Amino acid sequence: MSRRDVRRLVGVPVVAALAVILAAGILAGPEFGEFHGAYGQMLNRVAVPERHTTNVVTSIVFDYRGVDTMGEEFILFAAVVGVVLLLRDEREPGRDTRGDDVQSDGIRMFGVAMVGPVLLVGLWLAAFGLVTPGGGFQGGVVIAAAVVIVYVTVGYRQWRRFGRERLLDPFEGLAAAAYVAVGLAALVAGSAFLRNLLGNGETGTLLAGGSMSVLNWAVAIEVAAANLVLFTEFLESYVVPHIPER
Amino acid sequence: MSILTAIVVAWIFGVGVYGAVVSRNLIHLALCLSVSQSSTYILLLTVGYRHGAGAPIFKGVELGTPAVDPVVQALTLTDIVVGVTVTALILALALDVHRDAGSVDPDEIAELQG
Amino acid sequence: MALTLDPLRQIVVSSLYGLLLVILFVILQAPDVALSMLVVSSVAYPLIVLIAISRTRRGGGGAR
Repeated sequence: MSRRDVRRLVGVPVVAALAVILAAGILAGPEFGEFHGAYGQMLNRVAVPERHTTNVVTSIVFDYRGVDTMGEEFILFAAVVGVVLLLRDEREPGRDTRGDDVQSDGIRMFGVAMVGPVLLVGLWLAAFGLVTPGGGFQGGVVIAAAVVIVYVTVGYRQWRRFGRERLLDPFEGLAAAAYVAVGLAALVAGSAFLRNLLGNGETGTLLAGGSMSVLNWAVAIEVAAANLVLFTEFLESYVVPHIPER
Repeated sequence: MSILTAIVVAWIFGVGVYGAVVSRNLIHLALCLSVSQSSTYILLLTVGYRHGAGAPIFKGVELGTPAVDPVVQALTLTDIVVGVTVTALILALALDVHRDAGSVDPDEIAELQG
Repeated sequence: MALTLDPLRQIVVSSLYGLLLVILFVILQAPDVALSMLVVSSVAYPLIVLIAISRTRRGGGGAR
């Protein structure tokens, strides 16, 4: 089509110019490997004694820059609300009589065997996020993956036991609210919003970091529930129109 | 070395934008936008790198060993997970357009007015 | 990857690209970011994109 050819013709030089400008901008910055930003270096030294968490990145996400994380979490929430508004329409939840079960026994056994370990890995990633690499964001997606394995390997009918909207929506909203509630609790206690309230535990243990652990778990539940709601919405808008009207 | 960074980041970004411009399919468009987004992750992380430094995790490693900048990593890691959700929103928009207009081709949709 | 026009092929390429980015992030000494990217590009992305593709292929009608 001539419209697409016009787009291609105009697109190549324009995008090339954009890329060249971007490259010039990057070259004007510091040399690779020679960036000595003071904020980062200071945090590297200070985070472990102050906050007792050995994972400096997680302590930045949940404590030093906790407000940014709150903003990101609400981007997540808003995007999920947008998807729900777009894709959810009037449906009765009881019409799950599709013969959609996975036939192969090998796949079902594999699924059953994998759900437990994957859930465990997700919980471990979320729980130990303050100590080793990981955290609420990573662990939350893995937890959502563990629940989705049920759908992928076993079948639609079993998935409906977990994938109900009524079950997942409250989790997501509550987790998002919990994050803000912890921050407001700090306000109520007389210091700044989202200030670390609870005492810092021992370095390198699970209880380290005070209110960071609570925020960590709130984010893990939020991310897992958000991903599951997304998946449910996409799936429902796919599967449901195929049920024959009777 | 920063020539390499500039070329890689600008190339990936440019390819993503070009793919979005000439796309024939709205789903392909959403994925191209996410490619452009991933170029910013690479840029952020290469800005924070220090030669000969380790990861900013100090379990079992004594304090004071040089580590790369942790602030950019914090920004990037939340961004990646949230970027998936935003891409899902774009895909939901594409599905909605498909439901109304019957096709996911941007050219065809522009011609079906109302 | 943007030059692969068929979305189905694009997902496979995109998962490989995600893996490549994970290796890059590990080399850049960023294990948290590598974990994020790994989980997202192997679990979250293919799921939603595959469902979106199958939904727009079938056109919302007919038996599966």
